Amino acid sequence: MKIDLTETTASKINKALVEGRRAVGTPAIGMVLTLVIVTDEENAYDALKAANEASREHPSRTLVVIKRVSRSPRDRAKARLDAEVRVGTDAGTGETVVLRLYGEAIDHAQSVVLPLLLPDAPVVVWWAVNAPLSPAKDPLGALAQRRVTDAYASEQPIQELSARAETYTPGDTDLSWTRITPWRSMLAAALDQAPCTVTSAEVEGEEFNPSCELLAMWLASRLNVPVTRKVSAGPGLTAVRMESSSGTIVLDRPDGSLATLSMRNQPDRAVALKRRETSELLAEELRRLDPDDIYAAALKYGVDRLGHQGDGKPAEKTSEEPAAADNASAKPAAKKAPAKKAAAK
Amino acid sequence: MTGSHGANPLRDAADRRLPRIAGPSGLVIFGVTGDLSRKKLMPAVYDLANRGLLPPGFSLVGFARREWENEDFAQEVYEAVKQHARTPFREEVWQQLVQGCRFVQGNFDDDEAFETLKETIQELDKAQGTGGNFAFYLSVPPKFFPKVVQQLKKHGLADQKEDSWRRAVIEKPFGHNLESAQELNRIVHEVFPPNEVFRIDHYLGKETVQNILALRFANTMFEPLWNRSYVDHVQITMAEDIGIGGRAGYYDGIGAARDVIQNHLLQLLALTAMEEPASFEADALVAEKTKVLGAVRLPKDLGKETVRAQYAEGWQGGEQAVGYLQEEGIDPKSKTDTYAAIKLSIDNRRWAGVPFYLRTGKRLGRRVTEIAVVFQRAPHSPFDHTATEELGQNALVIRVQPDEGVTVRFGSKVPGTSMEVRDVSMDFAYGESFTESSPEAYERLILDVLLGDANLFPRLEEVEQSWRILDPIEEYWDKHGKPAQYPAGTWGPIEADEMLARDGRSWRRP
Repeated sequence: MKIDLTETTASKINKALVEGRRAVGTPAIGMVLTLVIVTDEENAYDALKAANEASREHPSRTLVVIKRVSRSPRDRAKARLDAEVRVGTDAGTGETVVLRLYGEAIDHAQSVVLPLLLPDAPVVVWWAVNAPLSPAKDPLGALAQRRVTDAYASEQPIQELSARAETYTPGDTDLSWTRITPWRSMLAAALDQAPCTVTSAEVEGEEFNPSCELLAMWLASRLNVPVTRKVSAGPGLTAVRMESSSGTIVLDRPDGSLATLSMRNQPDRAVALKRRETSELLAEELRRLDPDDIYAAALKYGVDRLGHQGDGKPAEKTSEEPAAADNASAKPAAKKAPAKKAAAK
Repeated sequence: MTGSHGANPLRDAADRRLPRIAGPSGLVIFGVTGDLSRKKLMPAVYDLANRGLLPPGFSLVGFARREWENEDFAQEVYEAVKQHARTPFREEVWQQLVQGCRFVQGNFDDDEAFETLKETIQELDKAQGTGGNFAFYLSVPPKFFPKVVQQLKKHGLADQKEDSWRRAVIEKPFGHNLESAQELNRIVHEVFPPNEVFRIDHYLGKETVQNILALRFANTMFEPLWNRSYVDHVQITMAEDIGIGGRAGYYDGIGAARDVIQNHLLQLLALTAMEEPASFEADALVAEKTKVLGAVRLPKDLGKETVRAQYAEGWQGGEQAVGYLQEEGIDPKSKTDTYAAIKLSIDNRRWAGVPFYLRTGKRLGRRVTEIAVVFQRAPHSPFDHTATEELGQNALVIRVQPDEGVTVRFGSKVPGTSMEVRDVSMDFAYGESFTESSPEAYERLILDVLLGDANLFPRLEEVEQSWRILDPIEEYWDKHGKPAQYPAGTWGPIEADEMLARDGRSWRRP
């Protein structure tokens, strides 16, 4: 059911939530988190749809914060809050409140959100568009354990990555990182199969897709080798090549769904690597709410240190100043590689 | 295996987004045309592939008598997946899977067929890169186990090479008494080393069963109460609403106790009653489970503290049901139990004097499996007798299936009255807090087989221990009396109610 409230307050919304639950006959349900979606009117529908689908896996109270643009100076000065409360079948498996903020209220969204958070349960903020420069310092972001941005949705995705690296705070994460989990797991599986030392790598994908940069930086930070970024027509990521002590390992996905894994002395194998829907990305993002240190390490590696094919700039040799922790973890790992065979026996 | 990941620089324990993907491997299913294979195994393989948990090049080999080509088999898998898979069908996942689908036609005593199987496996190693790692799933009646296992040995299919593995997966029943279980174990272990034999008890793959461990050992609020000082008794129930259906041949002579108590219920008992394991490694778990199973004691008077029964004609959920003895293919004089209830005690400091009541049956009120830990009454109540008249005993109920979750029952004041305390329940439902994400038990178990993770599989020792518990009861039943009768669709025979009434207790209505 839906309850519309105009010129309202958080306490009236809370009351409407309780009424709505009573009316549909579920006085209390086991919601596991509060998801706050910050968006504009244009993207609200898609974001909410994705969140409702993700709520099948993570029943949540979803608060959609829409900052409305007012036309006249008088409207801009006047603060107003409208809300739409949805419970039951209209709201996936949880509850949804769509909050529309006008005028000065726009700058005080946290005052509306704070009283509506579920007690004790973790809070996740997702900026579908227009993420703040420093998510953790944003008044809404400060309420959350987990702050999800999406560099892909910004105007200048690659610069956005550098900005994210500068303001990174544990708990930050980005959907363009979530998008590459299947690639990362397949590349890790490839190295499980053929223990070897990787000497260099190349990531190929469409321009302005920050996932390619993140994957390249992840490889560079983990393997401690030069990684080159190559531009292709897409869709999305199209290939990863790793030169190693036992030949080239190629994971190639020209069509955005079925990939081929090729390794020396092994037959080519088909791997399903479909590009995922936003709802699936969000569901993965909500699965763990602790800081993602691996993302932090990849992000902080720095976009500038990646090599670019074609522009004559070689991939930077690492080793002078990568984060000390990376050095410590990657190098002994490389040395351990031969020992692994013995262990497997 | 987890150990080999240590050397991979792309893996990190902190990187919890990366799933555990099985290494290069394949699965050979014997009896692939059977129901289990179509309804559970093939869909589980697809669901694993869909979740990205199978290695590239994963191969599925079917072995059966049917005269099929690879394409027919692929078609069969396709239909099974379309119909029964949990996750949505996606063409590219199917494309990945179908490349590794093979079928071998033959009987279990057909040497030629096993040679073909061997060639198929070698061909897959070349074409799909399975690296010689194969699990053999014996989805066949137990009488064929020795034959298949011997054939695998004879044709060198079970040989463990230095850098690859061969595993055997077997389904219950693991024998029908201690002696036959030992015999079966001997046959299987002659060919496969003990750590490469995986016994499937699909109950252990269920999320709720694994949750028993989380509930007990990850929380502080339950464990202090989990002993004889607070617990009055424990009831473990597995009820089915169906009859024996078309399984007359298998069921008659086996019965409910062997079919369910020996494996599922004793495993649930072990998980409920065991001490905290040193770690969640398979060895540590099995040590605690065998310890507690070893401490299980049978009641002195088996005639009074155990009940077996057969369902008689009746109405079950609005449908008329025939009695067990009238079922097609059942000897009208059969003494096989379709209902069994037993009382066990555990001789250790934690549980001394706390009875564990186990019951299972077919054609009972509804399909449900649950563990109920019933607590003692408060030693003193400041309220009047009339105020607490409607108050029962506190209970914690772990609902294993369906509607998985945990219920806590306790007393609460009824609003408006002067002072009246009544039972209420506080409920945690999996469906509410983690909807849809629960993988099927078989998915988890197949993945664990491929990963070589033996945590969720009963070991040889546990199987033998459970037969040691059940054998004396079965022997007693053989020699004394005959099964009681209960109308189909009810909660079992009167004798079972009387058995608890003698202790001053009663069965929960689940």
